[in-house]
Amino acid sequence: MAGPAQGTFRDRIGVNRRNSLFLILAFFVFVLVLGYVIGYAWLGDPRSAIFGLVLAFVVGTIAGLVSYFAGDKMVLAASRAKEITHEDAPQLFNVVEEMSIAGGLPMPKVYIIQDSAPNAFATGRDPEHASVAVTSGLLEKLDRDELQGVVAHEMAHVGNYDIRYAMLVGILVGTTVLISDFFLRGLWFGGGRSREGGGYVQIIMVVVAIVLAILAPLFARLLQMSISRQREYLADATAVRLTRNPDGLADALQKISGDREVLEVANRATAHLYIVNPIKRFEKRAKGLFSTHPPIGERIKILRAMETGGTAESIG
Amino acid sequence: MGVTAIILIIVLVVVVVFAVVTYNGLVRRKNDTEEAYRQIDVQLKRRYDLIPNLLEGVKKYFRQEQEVLTQVTQARSRAMQPQGVGEQAQSEARLSGAIGNLFAVAESYPELRSDRVLVDFQEELSSTENKISFARQHYNDSVGSYNTKIQSFPAVIFARAMGFTEKEYFEAQGPERESVTVSYD
Repeated sequence: MAGPAQGTFRDRIGVNRRNSLFLILAFFVFVLVLGYVIGYAWLGDPRSAIFGLVLAFVVGTIAGLVSYFAGDKMVLAASRAKEITHEDAPQLFNVVEEMSIAGGLPMPKVYIIQDSAPNAFATGRDPEHASVAVTSGLLEKLDRDELQGVVAHEMAHVGNYDIRYAMLVGILVGTTVLISDFFLRGLWFGGGRSREGGGYVQIIMVVVAIVLAILAPLFARLLQMSISRQREYLADATAVRLTRNPDGLADALQKISGDREVLEVANRATAHLYIVNPIKRFEKRAKGLFSTHPPIGERIKILRAMETGGTAESIG
Repeated sequence: MGVTAIILIIVLVVVVVFAVVTYNGLVRRKNDTEEAYRQIDVQLKRRYDLIPNLLEGVKKYFRQEQEVLTQVTQARSRAMQPQGVGEQAQSEARLSGAIGNLFAVAESYPELRSDRVLVDFQEELSSTENKISFARQHYNDSVGSYNTKIQSFPAVIFARAMGFTEKEYFEAQGPERESVTVSYD
């Protein structure tokens, strides 16, 4: 569901909005089906299964709304990011301001993660509610031009709504895994199944529920991995379009990927957000299906080949 | 009602909807360019405000290079005077050049380079210089997108009639782009 790879910003925004809507709907349908099946499996007849359906409806609605409106705060809190003002880190704040001016975007909130591993990500549901987070290691290890390249890359994600899709993927995938896990554990400890035995249908429903609960997290994982590599290339190209300086980002990527520190606060739910995959030993698997990021070497090579002035489309 | 009438009505509705959508698109882009232009002014004003503080901070270190300070002061007051677009651009460029000059001279004073207050000012001023040039870059980007829109089909048919005309690019003055690359780290 990655959509067309190339295209203008406007195309990209359309694709991301569509994908986000699709993702929420798919999640909702999944929760409803699981609710019904689990209800059937536990209570043993179709009418009682409606109870499971209603419960799932409520849970799904709440999870969807919370993800959409507070997903960014959850992601930032999970990454232990602290919001800063101009006084806390003038240079970082200035660079973010410069890049939001260059892209004609509203000024996002700026966060710092206390971690020596250099990395960065952006999140939020739209450019008006966007946040950019960088690690303290990034500030220490990069010079101003490199920092500008990284921030420009993140502002590109903000401008084309990558942040909304990526945020929803993280939160909804996490919720799906949680629900499945919860059910499987409940099953393990006996659950509330009726003792009279609801016949074959109930047994079949139990099997269906188990299969669903096992497959859902796998499917969710795959979806998370499928976060398009093309969007990273596009964000790199846009970053150059904003900074007019391909070397800044290329040097930054080189430094970040060459760094051996491990980003402690990253986990499987947030790994796909970062500019460079924070989970190490990644480069070896970079060519695999399951990679969330394109190979760094390839990105650097493309950046080095760019002429100043950029050829990517305008952001507005 | 005949088939022809129905077809006519459908065609009319399609044309009207099309015109409205195109018109709104053009208005949005036009507003984007004006918004981008205002952003340049905001950053220019910010620079005027920062300069006196910077000069105050540098003054006690500069012994021989008084004329560098005078240059900046004069360029600033000239840039702040109301004038034509072309001259405005020129005096802004002169101001950028003078500030770049000041930073270059500051490089040769080790004790000045380690003054915390001054380092902060330098970051602020460099960043403001960057913001000015990025604001201009964004203005040119949005002008480019707006001009392309009104020159392309179908907007080209009625854009002019509805009062949409091409906007001018902001021409960068020679030394300006260079002045932002002065190193300060």
